[in-house]
Amino acid sequence: MSNRVGIEVSRAIAVAAKLARVDVVAAYPITPQTHIVEDIAELVANGELDASYVPVESEHSAMSACLGASAVGARAFTATAGQGLELMHEVLYVASAMQLPIVMSLANRALSSPLSIWGDHSDAMSMRDTGWIQLFAANGQEVLDNILCAFRIAEDRKVLLPTVVHLDGFHLTHVIEPISIPEPSEVDGFLPPFNYPLPLDPDKPVTMGAFAPPYIYPETKKAQQVNLLAAKPVILQSWKEFGDHFGRYYSPVESYRAEGAKVLLLTMGSYSETATLAIDSLRKDGKMVGALSLRLWRPFPFEEIRQAVKGADVLIVLDRAVSFGGPGGPVCSEIKAVLYDEARRPKIVGVVGGLGGRDISPSDFVSIINRGIEISQTGSEQEFEMFGVRE
Amino acid sequence: MENYVTFGRRQVTKEENFTPGHRACVGCAEALAVRLACKVLGKNTIVVNATGCMEVISTPLPTTAWEIPWIHTIFENTGAVVSGVEAGLKVLMRKGKRSQRKVNMVVMAGDGGTSDIGLQALSGALERGHDFLYICLDNEAYMNTGIQRSSATPYGASTTTAPAGKKSIGQITWKKNMPEVAAAHDIPYVATACPSYPFDLMDKVAKGAAMLGPAYIHILSVCPTGWRLAPDLAIEVGRLAVRTGIFPLYEIENGKYRFTVKTPKLKPVEEYLKMQGRFRHLAEKDIAHIQDRVNQEYAKLQDKVALTNKPED
Repeated sequence: MSNRVGIEVSRAIAVAAKLARVDVVAAYPITPQTHIVEDIAELVANGELDASYVPVESEHSAMSACLGASAVGARAFTATAGQGLELMHEVLYVASAMQLPIVMSLANRALSSPLSIWGDHSDAMSMRDTGWIQLFAANGQEVLDNILCAFRIAEDRKVLLPTVVHLDGFHLTHVIEPISIPEPSEVDGFLPPFNYPLPLDPDKPVTMGAFAPPYIYPETKKAQQVNLLAAKPVILQSWKEFGDHFGRYYSPVESYRAEGAKVLLLTMGSYSETATLAIDSLRKDGKMVGALSLRLWRPFPFEEIRQAVKGADVLIVLDRAVSFGGPGGPVCSEIKAVLYDEARRPKIVGVVGGLGGRDISPSDFVSIINRGIEISQTGSEQEFEMFGVRE
Repeated sequence: MENYVTFGRRQVTKEENFTPGHRACVGCAEALAVRLACKVLGKNTIVVNATGCMEVISTPLPTTAWEIPWIHTIFENTGAVVSGVEAGLKVLMRKGKRSQRKVNMVVMAGDGGTSDIGLQALSGALERGHDFLYICLDNEAYMNTGIQRSSATPYGASTTTAPAGKKSIGQITWKKNMPEVAAAHDIPYVATACPSYPFDLMDKVAKGAAMLGPAYIHILSVCPTGWRLAPDLAIEVGRLAVRTGIFPLYEIENGKYRFTVKTPKLKPVEEYLKMQGRFRHLAEKDIAHIQDRVNQEYAKLQDKVALTNKPED
């Protein structure tokens, strides 16, 4: 029996960590992630969660301590945001390459300078190529559900890769939503105990993290690429089984009124939900518009995206990060690349918006879609446009 | 007894957990220090290694010199990695997922990985009180990348990034006192060691590993390649570092200082400096300057020994 309660999404993450029976949490506080790690610390202090809480002195050490914990076979969890992710950046690559299935929630936050504690996807995009499995959540329920799925996916013998669940700073971390909290016994039925195949163990010594001269380095990277691609069927299967257990099903690309839509708007994270209001209002006016939300960012869902945009004439991609001096937002660039070889593909329009926590309201989304349609017909002088920026 | 070699009244195991066949330079005293430490640590050990000489000489894929579980991730994070190893093992033992037993969790890192880039992670781990032994293998520069200066490089040494020249004597700063930095964290055990004194070194590793809580051992590891001396002089130079008072062997156990190798009459530092190419350029006044500093530092240490061993009033 699930228990549907009104709960702050950050607190729901702490509950997810408890339900997953994590062994080690190593974390360093940073806005807007703080409520997550405060709540976990409280659960440990009250004896509600039997885990070691390591209050490290930096995010670099948070991820490093997770490496060590995971390497001995402990289920390790951390959370961070923005600058914190940047500080742990080099360690992220190590976690994936050494196949240490750490789970992290990232409260997406803008990057300095100027300092901004508010949300966008600049931090998320900076970890794009770190080899992590990456999921984006649109609401609190998705966050909780996908953290449970993340452990299941990450620790699968065929995967053994770290997994991050992205959620928008403040827009998700600090809102109270009605969330169904599963019973511990139900979660135990879905998520088996962690059993790392070759941990650091004096009874069976292993050397982890040996260095690779040129005669072997490329082979390790090929193996990593094959490994990450092979994670996809496990991700789909885990989501299916999660749905069978809990009645909520997830897919790599979510669509909203996309059936027969000539114009599609693609977003990631919590703005996906705001965008649906704009879709409803435009549909009322008779416009054939729909929305797509990209949930699985890595490994990239090539087929699902190609299928989802079939039949559309215009695809507007909203990025919440800038690739300065580049061809567009990182998501738009990738979507263009993925669709380039298609015989019939929509006109793709890149928009950057919502930087540093700037709201995009439903009516703003109507403007974005209308402007996107306009650009698709008349073109734009710029490779991409930044929405709502005063000049 | 066939598994032991006898030296006087001492017996040392023949077991090698850091095995021959690695790629250390000829005469490397650091590899010797690791070998001796591993003899003492035994099989119930997990080693967390920083990037550096010992890492690259021992583990080019797909080979390894390690007979005990060993992990290397990056350069500056060993303090944090061992924190995770310790926290993880502890909780797994508590939950019955690993058998209850004493496992030595040991960091090995160079002087750069300790006193420069890894200092923050080390300080965090010492402050949090994890149960581990940190071994700093100090060869007084970034030797793995080609003899660049670190904060552990001694005054007057010529390195590739602080070279001696017409306007410089090379390193113009005094060696960072890393054992004191560690001791300032109020940890139960801090010691200095040198493989030229193998039994002293092994005793300290045994003590540090057995200690509950963080222990720190700073091992001066003579590097013939970087110090510019013949490989067969490594042991002798290490001994001179101790006998001149440049690198005294002592331990701080629960705040009490104690010399473990007595040096009643210190030799002049010149004897030590003259043997090494990295100090070749030093003028007499530079050597006198170094001698003054060594005298001062040694006296300070003697004071600490006296102060912390005062009979109770």
